[in-house]
Amino acid sequence: MNPAPLPASRSGRRNSFARRLLWLTIAVTGAALLAACAAFILYDQITYRRLMVRQLAVEAQVIAANSVSALIFGDPRSAAKTLSTLSASPDLLAAGIYDHRGRLFAFYRRGGAPLLPPSAPPMPPFGQRSWYADGDVILARRITLAGAVAGTVYLRNDMKQLTTRNRHYTEIAFIVWAASLTAAWIFSTAYRRGIAQPIVDLAHTAVFIAHDQDYGLRAQATGRGDEIDSLVEAFNAMLAAIGTRDADLAQARQTLEARVALRTAELTAANRELEAFSYSVSHDLRAPLRGIDGFGQALLEDYGAQMDPTARSYLDRIRAATQRMGVLIDNLLQLARVTRAEMRRENCDLSAMAAAVVEDLRRQDPGRQSEVEIEPGMHAWGDAGLLRIVLENFLGNAWKFTAKREWTWIAFYRANHRNPSEDVFAIRDNGAGFDPAHAGQLFAAFQRLHAATEFPGTGIGLATAQRILHRHGGRAWAEAQLGAGATFYFALPRYTPPLAASS
Amino acid sequence: MGLKTILLVEDNPDDRDLTVRALKRHNLGEDLILARDGAEALDYLFCQGDYAHRDPSDTPQVILLDLKLPKLSGLEVLRRLRADPRSKLLPVVILTTSNEEEDRLSGYHFGANSFVRKPVDFEKFSDAVRELGVYWLVRNEPPPRQKGQAGH
Repeated sequence: MNPAPLPASRSGRRNSFARRLLWLTIAVTGAALLAACAAFILYDQITYRRLMVRQLAVEAQVIAANSVSALIFGDPRSAAKTLSTLSASPDLLAAGIYDHRGRLFAFYRRGGAPLLPPSAPPMPPFGQRSWYADGDVILARRITLAGAVAGTVYLRNDMKQLTTRNRHYTEIAFIVWAASLTAAWIFSTAYRRGIAQPIVDLAHTAVFIAHDQDYGLRAQATGRGDEIDSLVEAFNAMLAAIGTRDADLAQARQTLEARVALRTAELTAANRELEAFSYSVSHDLRAPLRGIDGFGQALLEDYGAQMDPTARSYLDRIRAATQRMGVLIDNLLQLARVTRAEMRRENCDLSAMAAAVVEDLRRQDPGRQSEVEIEPGMHAWGDAGLLRIVLENFLGNAWKFTAKREWTWIAFYRANHRNPSEDVFAIRDNGAGFDPAHAGQLFAAFQRLHAATEFPGTGIGLATAQRILHRHGGRAWAEAQLGAGATFYFALPRYTPPLAASS
Repeated sequence: MGLKTILLVEDNPDDRDLTVRALKRHNLGEDLILARDGAEALDYLFCQGDYAHRDPSDTPQVILLDLKLPKLSGLEVLRRLRADPRSKLLPVVILTTSNEEEDRLSGYHFGANSFVRKPVDFEKFSDAVRELGVYWLVRNEPPPRQKGQAGH
């Protein structure tokens, strides 16, 4: 398999999981080491300072003990000699001995050091006191003899050693820190493979599958039985489930397609048969009727004089029946035709169409006193030819059932209706109406609510209109009172702009 | 040589007699030629078979053609008429029982000049035949006779 180029993020992801893991390790290690080193250095400094003060205190005590007699006997030279022993202590900057009146009795200063002990001793409150000044540590101690103050010893030590020590410690700590981080980096990089690689591989597999839609691929298990292994197993199980579902779907679709093809073939065959049937009806059923009617007429014309009135009336009835049958066949054919006719939807002006239909009706029945009101500007989205048949049937129906009134009144208007998705139109007349109990049978083929002798008709017109409306996704119904006119309603899905319904 | 000749191609004897009756009723059927099927119609028009010796210059003014014919269908007859230079321009009226859209479409497609449905009601049928006769024999000017049209 040779997959197409993958998204650029597939490898070398800037925000890669493995890299983040590495940085996490380094950051944690670095921070921990930093904290440990700082704590260690701080602790050392505190300890060292204490040690220095203690050492200074010991030196002060030794000097105090050795200089008591010099103070008592007023021998500053002896005291200075005692002080000079301090030259063994490299950090001691200056030292001084004061007598019991607080005058400087003897002093020492390290060679080159500019510092002298202060002229008066700073008095320690409880025998001994140490403090820091200008980066040096200073210690003062009382010299006592048998409970009486004989004088004061003053020592000033510099802390250069501490500073040097601190610097060394910091340097060592930094080296250790850097070495540890390097070691952490190396170990993390080495172990990252083991921990992060399976996840990275899984991610790559997922990206491949998402890209190629090849659910036959599987992620590689690590075999270590950890969470990543479970993840890989679950991932593979999901892939298998998707694969199975895809196969099932494909099979179901194939079965469906085969079934649809079979049904289509059956339907096509049935439709073809139906078409052949109605074609044959159209030709072969009508031809003999014309013969019956024609020769009946010929008989009347040529031999009418030799017949008595009864014979002539029989002939008239034969011809009337023949013509009714002709109309019936035509209506049946129209009913069949509107079912299979191809629909070409367009925006139809129902008002104009209705006006044309009414004009035809008036032309065929010129003696009729009629008033037909048509609301202007009524439009519908549908097949013009079929919608015209609907109007012909509804208006023709109204025209027919108002025949026995002194004057005919018909109104075609848009009915108020709450549903915003459809347009409802109404055709109202002042005709014979019908019993509302039978309103449901109106639209069934061959159902008539009036005797054929009272109002002629085949009972197919409304069924044809309803079938056309159904094909348009619409419906039809009627309201009436017997003898008080009827209102026929039909609803069509609201006109949609050509953009949405052009196909 | 009758100038106002109608060629009626009709296999159904009832329809044939009724058409003749309707034409005669309106004094239009003096020069009526009857063909009982498509083959006979072609024989007549192309002066072959039984009609080999007739005067080829005597072409009908109009042909009334039924669609449902034995042997050769009406549409096939029309197609052959239109394919032959001798009859290419002859006015042909399809006079048939059916009103199927399909028939109308193929009729006009093959070059029919008119398509008329035979009504069941004889009175209406008779009116239709009268209108046809008056229009095609009296009102309509036929195409000019072409040279060579008459010969073989």
